[in-house]
Amino acid sequence: MENKLTRSLYRIPYLLWILLFVIVPILLVLYYSFFDIEGNFSFINYQKFFTPVYLKMTISSFWYAFLITAISLLISYPTAYLLTKTRHKQLWLLLIIVPSWINLLLKAYAFIGIFGTYGAANSFLKMIGIGSRQILFTDFSFVFVSVYIFIPFMILPIFNALDELNPTLLDAASDLGASKWTTFRRIIFPLTIDGVKSGCQVVFIPALSLFMLTRLIAGNRVITLGTSIEQHFLVTQDWGMGSTIAVFLIIIMVLIMLVTGTRKRGV
Amino acid sequence: MTNAAIIQFNNVTKQYDNDPPVLDDVSFEIERGKFYTLLGPSGCGKTTILRLIAGFIEPSKGEIYFNEKKINDIPANKRQVNTVFQDYALFPHLNVFENVAFGLRIKKLKNAEIERKVKEALSFVNLTGYENREIREMSGGQRQRVAIARAIVNEPEVILLDEPLSALDLKLRTEMQYELRELQRRLGITFIFVTHDQEEALAMSDEIFVINKGKIQQSGTPTDIYDEPINRFVADFIGESNIVNGRMMKDYRVEFVGREFECVDKGFNENEPVEIIIRPEDLEITTLERGKLQVRVDSQLFRGVHYEISCYDKDENEWLVHSTKKATVGDEIGLYFDPEAIHVMRHGETEEEFDRRLETYADVDRHGK
Repeated sequence: MENKLTRSLYRIPYLLWILLFVIVPILLVLYYSFFDIEGNFSFINYQKFFTPVYLKMTISSFWYAFLITAISLLISYPTAYLLTKTRHKQLWLLLIIVPSWINLLLKAYAFIGIFGTYGAANSFLKMIGIGSRQILFTDFSFVFVSVYIFIPFMILPIFNALDELNPTLLDAASDLGASKWTTFRRIIFPLTIDGVKSGCQVVFIPALSLFMLTRLIAGNRVITLGTSIEQHFLVTQDWGMGSTIAVFLIIIMVLIMLVTGTRKRGV
Repeated sequence: MTNAAIIQFNNVTKQYDNDPPVLDDVSFEIERGKFYTLLGPSGCGKTTILRLIAGFIEPSKGEIYFNEKKINDIPANKRQVNTVFQDYALFPHLNVFENVAFGLRIKKLKNAEIERKVKEALSFVNLTGYENREIREMSGGQRQRVAIARAIVNEPEVILLDEPLSALDLKLRTEMQYELRELQRRLGITFIFVTHDQEEALAMSDEIFVINKGKIQQSGTPTDIYDEPINRFVADFIGESNIVNGRMMKDYRVEFVGREFECVDKGFNENEPVEIIIRPEDLEITTLERGKLQVRVDSQLFRGVHYEISCYDKDENEWLVHSTKKATVGDEIGLYFDPEAIHVMRHGETEEEFDRRLETYADVDRHGK
């Protein structure tokens, strides 16, 4: 009896959390999405979402999120692989993880300093003779900073997957005649695909709704769904439209989770 | 070098950094078509030998020859050997068929050819019909068979087996011992089997290499090694042994536990100190008067096939007896043994000297009969 009681006591914080921070907000967002700017119940917001303005924004969000994810993956996989081969791998991993503990806003401001007209990046370009360039407020700086911020989240799951890989499997592949490349293609990559998937999830989904970086680093040249939600809530005060975009964002996230869902394999 | 030698180690040493060598100046030959066992305690270097043959590691010193070609620098994927790993190392994302087909696909064989060979290999290990199973759906014994099929399907000249039976339960292990031995006979290829289980080694091998501390202590057929162990380590490791210090008085006369006995060994110096081994199953329980040794029964274990009886003589030497007859704990009994049951070991004798000495006995036998 006592066991049952304590077990239901343990549940309380979790249930409260889910209720207050997950279920209620989602219901609220859903509720608001059905009201137009004057506060009348309507489906106008959903109609508006399928107009070229918002569709373009959605596509643009996807495109940038895809770029950020792809570049992060290209950098993270070899890095994670290298890390598993080093002697003090946990230390090296920690060094990569540590910057992710620093507040995102601080890092964004640091990059404003570095990429600014008189920043370190331009001084360097001048020194090697290329001359001063506009770096801040470009697509490039937006993707660069986003990738920098997301890389630790991509490396971690891939590193774990690679680290769990039974090294005897690599011996076995080699024993059966596989070259290094074939071993990678046929054994290492397929067996770490789950790590790659979760890495892509934790990068792609937040990248879809990035909004602070779009302003600070991209100077509002990049408009994503995240930016749009922010504008609707804070500037135009059209909560209904903002909520509608949020609803679509949630649907997209759920779809992505389903598509990249990890299946656990035995052995 | 004999023509039949398929693998040859010439003074091979393997050493990591400045640690003591894992393998210390080892030389041996492996003949084609036989079942070899590398036997020794864990950490003795037996798996290192296997990994050197497979090509996963390179020797620090010495040469390894395969079919009379030096293969020190040839990577594992270019060698005509296949390994059955201790944990099987089956690819968890591939099903049984694809696991077995892995090597064939790399050789880019035609699909029909691959299908035929995989089916044949699976039927060899009694797994017909399991092609589409996932590895996680297979039991330990079945995984074992898949691993063997994956090795034999490539038709290698040598198959290396790294303690492949150690994860199986006793009954399955005994079954697999028969099957492996049978498989080796049918395929006619060389098997090199690594184990720390002496019973397994004795049951399966044509030749056993007993290894300890990075050196081959003794090599020979199971009966050679069991009947004529070269030193205390081998005697102790292969089966149970009673080992006491003794002295060769002269040819055919040996002294131990304060008494002189008749034996069949000769060729020692007069009064040379030696070690005496008597196997527990060569000791026979008898009356005090008939016994060559008088001992007190200390404890007794029932082992199923026999009783394992631990006795002590008046000098507190332990004598282990395997007998189908039961003894009574606390009784004084006599132990009888034949002169042939006494095995005499010279201190610090090398394997070559040992073999030479044994050959002289064989000559005597031949002349005598």
